Amino acid sequence: MPSVASEQSLVSRIQLRFRRSEAVRGYTLLSPTLTIILLGLLFPLMILVTLSFWKQEYVDLIQTFTLTNYADFFRKKIYYLILYRSIRISLLVMLVTVLLAYPLAYFIAFHVKRNKMIWIILVTIPFWTSYLLRVFSWKVILGYNGVINSGLMSLGIIAEPLEFLLYNPIAVVITLAHAWAAVAILPIYVSLEKIDRSLIEASRDLGESAFMTFIRVTLPLSLPGVIAASLLVFIPTVGDYVTPSLVGGTRGIMIGNIIQSMFGKALNWPLGAALSIISMITVTLVVCLLLGATQLFRKKVA
Amino acid sequence: MIRARSRLNTLSVYAVAYLIFLYAPVAVLPLFSFNDSQYITFPLLGFTFKWYAQLADSQGLQNALINSLKVGLSVAFLSTVLGIFAAKAVTRYRMRRSGLLISFIMVPLVIPEIILGISLLMTFSVGGIKLSLITVGIGHLMLCTPFSMLVLISRMEGFDKSYEEAAQDLGENAWWTFWRVTFPIILPGVVASFLLTFTISFDEFILAFFLAGTDATLPLHIWSQLRFPDKLPSVLALGAIIVMVSTVVIFAAELIRRGGVDLGNKSKV
Repeated sequence: MPSVASEQSLVSRIQLRFRRSEAVRGYTLLSPTLTIILLGLLFPLMILVTLSFWKQEYVDLIQTFTLTNYADFFRKKIYYLILYRSIRISLLVMLVTVLLAYPLAYFIAFHVKRNKMIWIILVTIPFWTSYLLRVFSWKVILGYNGVINSGLMSLGIIAEPLEFLLYNPIAVVITLAHAWAAVAILPIYVSLEKIDRSLIEASRDLGESAFMTFIRVTLPLSLPGVIAASLLVFIPTVGDYVTPSLVGGTRGIMIGNIIQSMFGKALNWPLGAALSIISMITVTLVVCLLLGATQLFRKKVA
Repeated sequence: MIRARSRLNTLSVYAVAYLIFLYAPVAVLPLFSFNDSQYITFPLLGFTFKWYAQLADSQGLQNALINSLKVGLSVAFLSTVLGIFAAKAVTRYRMRRSGLLISFIMVPLVIPEIILGISLLMTFSVGGIKLSLITVGIGHLMLCTPFSMLVLISRMEGFDKSYEEAAQDLGENAWWTFWRVTFPIILPGVVASFLLTFTISFDEFILAFFLAGTDATLPLHIWSQLRFPDKLPSVLALGAIIVMVSTVVIFAAELIRRGGVDLGNKSKV
């Protein structure tokens, strides 16, 4: 039956042709967006890498390949120490933010019956409003003559302003945990919402307590959300410089401040570029470690 | 049963406390912006509008406001158009590796803004492009396009392809199918994307910090005022206005996006 075969191949060829043209139309539609991201992100990142191997002399960029900037990082202890501090602060921010966010996400997913959407919107709104202003409010709240100190003093609870509130790493952690709250809540909420409720009921029916059910069923199943939330908070906060410069004081300086100063007062773009790249690599390594650790944890629980 | 009730209560109390933690810092701005004192301290001394009146006199503020509006509106328009293109491509056409391409477009969301900022700054400098509001807009476009795309993809996934196919079968070409069928259905997503990206650009500080030339945007203007203690009350007043307006815009955007017209979802249910 040769005619049937050829007919089939004709049909499949037409289908292939159609599919190909469909894909072509898809790629064409996608191409403006891809081009913009390519030109505005990938290309600049390549420039960043290139410049990190150049050298700054006064206001001029010397365009010859050199490893000086990277060597500087290892030679001068200050950069290394500040990067280490930034990672530690960001990890703490991540931990605090996710721990605070989890119960709220749990509450919205399991206990809010109507108007879940309103809760989600309420939680997200502060995230969209001016970041600079939110950090500024914390400065006003925690300051020496700030809202908390003057409030407590006018209530007669303290006689002298508390000095430990502002200009330290803890102030940075509080401010960042506030700033990134929504980013942590949403993925945790989504993963909790996806959990098949009958699994939880089954566990309860089989005699596990509510607590053990949470530990052995709900928590492991929501782990993907927790991991996403952790990374979404950890990665961007390492590079933050607005919060440290407004509420961090000298003990709260982070690598973002150093990088920013290289493009301002210190004027050393290549060193700034090298520090950015080192930071990104370090962040990537920490992320890999975190993911590895959760993988181990999962195997143990399972 | 009683235990379940009490656990629910603890959680509810926690949820309310959490909302207070989220909103109290923001509420400080309007509270003290009406306080008749140079210093931001308790006790409150009396009610005044003078800090708001001071804002009206500031030429620098008005310029910054106009600059931010220009950048915000352009960025919102461009990123929404790019978002529509991209969302239509990935939801309507079968493509190989579309997942990979989407994640590529999302990359700006996971790159620290400072890195994006300095990379663009160096690129403009190497390319001999002068810093201006346009360069700020380019930076914001990188940040806003992924959000537009996310909002619009979820909108396009929500409605049935057969509406478009019906229009095509009835003889409409692709262009008119889009304007008479697709666009009206995704309109809530388009509006939400526009409002969302406008707010992101309007409030954005870090990229603007690196990429603005002599023209300041509103957040840059605020930053420059923070150094002067006598300017703080009017910064509070300005902040209060910005937070209020942003909140209203975002609330509207989210309501439109999540509520919207449920035309498409019927077929899914």
